[in-house]
Amino acid sequence: MIDRYDASATGVIDIGAATDKSPSAVGASWTKLALANFGVAITAFGIAATIAVMQAMSRANADLPFRSPRIFYLSVTAHGFLMALVFTTFFVMGLGYVFARVSLRRPIEGERLGWMGFWVALAGTLMAVAVILAGKASVLYTFYPPLEAHPLFYIGTTLLVVGSWIWCFVMVQSYRAWRRETPSKPVPLPMHGIMASVIVWVLATLGVAAEMIFLLIPWSLGFRETVDPVLARTLFWWFGHPLVYFWLVPAYTLWYTVLPKEAGGKLFSDPLARLVFILFVLFSTPVGLHHQFTDPGITAGWKLIHTMNTYVILFPSFITAFTLIASLEIAGRARGATGLFNWVARLPWREPFFASIALAMLIFSLGGIGGAINAAYGMNAVIHNTAWVQGHFHLTAGTATGLTFMGATYWLLPRLTGKPLRLPAFAAVQPYLWFVGMLMFSIVNHATGLMGMPRRVFDASYGGHPAAESWLAWTGLSAIGGVILFASAMCFVAVVVATITNRRGGDAPAFAFAEPVGGTIRAGTILDRFGFWTIAAVVMIVLAYAYPIFDLLRMERFGAPGLSPF
Amino acid sequence: MHVDPYEKFWMFAAAGLIVLFASSVVYGAFSYAGHPPSHVETIDPSTARTDPRFAELGVVEKPDGSVEVVVLAQMFSFMPGEIRVPAGRPVTFRVTSPDVIHGFQIVASNGNATIVPGYVSQFTTTFAKPGEYLIVCNEYCGLGHHLMSGRLIVEEGA
Repeated sequence: MIDRYDASATGVIDIGAATDKSPSAVGASWTKLALANFGVAITAFGIAATIAVMQAMSRANADLPFRSPRIFYLSVTAHGFLMALVFTTFFVMGLGYVFARVSLRRPIEGERLGWMGFWVALAGTLMAVAVILAGKASVLYTFYPPLEAHPLFYIGTTLLVVGSWIWCFVMVQSYRAWRRETPSKPVPLPMHGIMASVIVWVLATLGVAAEMIFLLIPWSLGFRETVDPVLARTLFWWFGHPLVYFWLVPAYTLWYTVLPKEAGGKLFSDPLARLVFILFVLFSTPVGLHHQFTDPGITAGWKLIHTMNTYVILFPSFITAFTLIASLEIAGRARGATGLFNWVARLPWREPFFASIALAMLIFSLGGIGGAINAAYGMNAVIHNTAWVQGHFHLTAGTATGLTFMGATYWLLPRLTGKPLRLPAFAAVQPYLWFVGMLMFSIVNHATGLMGMPRRVFDASYGGHPAAESWLAWTGLSAIGGVILFASAMCFVAVVVATITNRRGGDAPAFAFAEPVGGTIRAGTILDRFGFWTIAAVVMIVLAYAYPIFDLLRMERFGAPGLSPF
Repeated sequence: MHVDPYEKFWMFAAAGLIVLFASSVVYGAFSYAGHPPSHVETIDPSTARTDPRFAELGVVEKPDGSVEVVVLAQMFSFMPGEIRVPAGRPVTFRVTSPDVIHGFQIVASNGNATIVPGYVSQFTTTFAKPGEYLIVCNEYCGLGHHLMSGRLIVEEGA
């Protein structure tokens, strides 16, 4: 099944040799589209990180000016919305344009449509952010009804998703055009990862779109009296769990295709990378009920089925761990290592891209173990909705994805703008600050969560109850972690701002992807067929969700009218 | 598809580990009845306060010796705010909300349920150790979310 390695399928991509006449990507129209998306993503990140440091200090009961429950819950909403929905979605869209353009080596099919998607998503984002900052949508980024936000919050969020659908369409069109022109080659690995992300996203967002269009938007506008919160939560988590794979699959794509190259090695296995992407397409959505373990109205049997699916999704991450560590060992040995373990020391730990990704991977292994505990049907009650959960997703979303995207920015910016990174010392130290700050923040949250401290509370002192005293003893440490994370985030933003405002341009380095050891797959073989796997994923979703949703709909249910206690 | 022998070994080992995780979950679910709270019962939230099932709040001792606790979770308190139950006997909690979603978490125990308006949450647990437990709301419910708490007092030999 394996072809000999085809040097033109991956490897160094010289944009000049493709259809463009310009010798590098710099100044090409598609780079403006990618940079616009990255710009919104990084702006959202900077704002959300600034808000976050106040939350971490507030949790430790530090006396801050303007500290009030109203500001706290408003800012938790803004932080979650900007980080989880805006930073990630725009970053993935930008990365999609880059990977599609440079790995397919043909123009983006529908660049103007891509701009339309960008403006629609940005307009939606600004609408939602405006009502959040006005204090009219402090419903947190999970927006569970019957907490009711201003209608513009729901409409804006929906527009953000619609904008991302336009991006999905452009990605699929570009892929199909390339496929027509290049029937004899398997899709390049970077685009394989992007296509997997697109499929995950389209299937996932069907859930939240149904929640918005049938329930929340008509309800917030007054066309509907009540909403059934369990049905809304079920549709939300249909979306909410694959949402994390929509962030993670692009991060994995960077790990598989760019990391081994930047480390000076090769990708250990190209076919297994593709298998991993396909497994995410299949298993990222039919798992959502593991977020609703403690919900009434859903029978235990279906929760157990979703638990089993959740465990399957550990498997691709285990494969990833082996493949990437083996790829890094190749790199270390290429750099002259000879002993059993000294290849680790030979890796380029001073390079900000490498350090970001390597540390993100390290943290993700901890997050993955925590995830296996969260998903443990019987044990979940011990940590459900406690600080443990925020500790968990700051490892997975906040670091595996967040730190990877920061590292990717260091790789992307010089290639897209032709400007070398400024403030290199800040860039070099930033990943380590994030690593240390995140460990402090997250370990404390795991520990206090085990003690029973609930998540998302303005003040966790509960009138000085002894249980509360025990966890409050630790929150100071997580606040220090939060301050270190903030310092790291500001280093990152400073590097980005200093780099793009630099007038001096140089030669842009080439976009280069790792060559696989042992070749890639043959065109049109099973792992190279997205239509087939999309249908299989739809079947999985129908099997996992059709009956639980049918069961809810046929029950005698009483909806709840909206309330806005914020 | 060619897979390196070491990686193949790793994949089998990982699959084995996952099967072990999953089977321990299934074992726990069936041999200890270790299920998450998954009661299916609906109620009209607008009349929850007067519904006969929630008209009398507090602890009720059943003829068979089991104990039932009926609680209303509302913005921003639990009714009743103090609950006294005996140690070492199964206690069944029945909780609903007349307004928004709340959490009902008994700190330092495995009692943890999401309380959704329109539904009755129910779970049974046994407290081995007497003492005073803190009950907190662990689902954001508005500006008073952090003030929403209660006390569970587990009494010896009652």
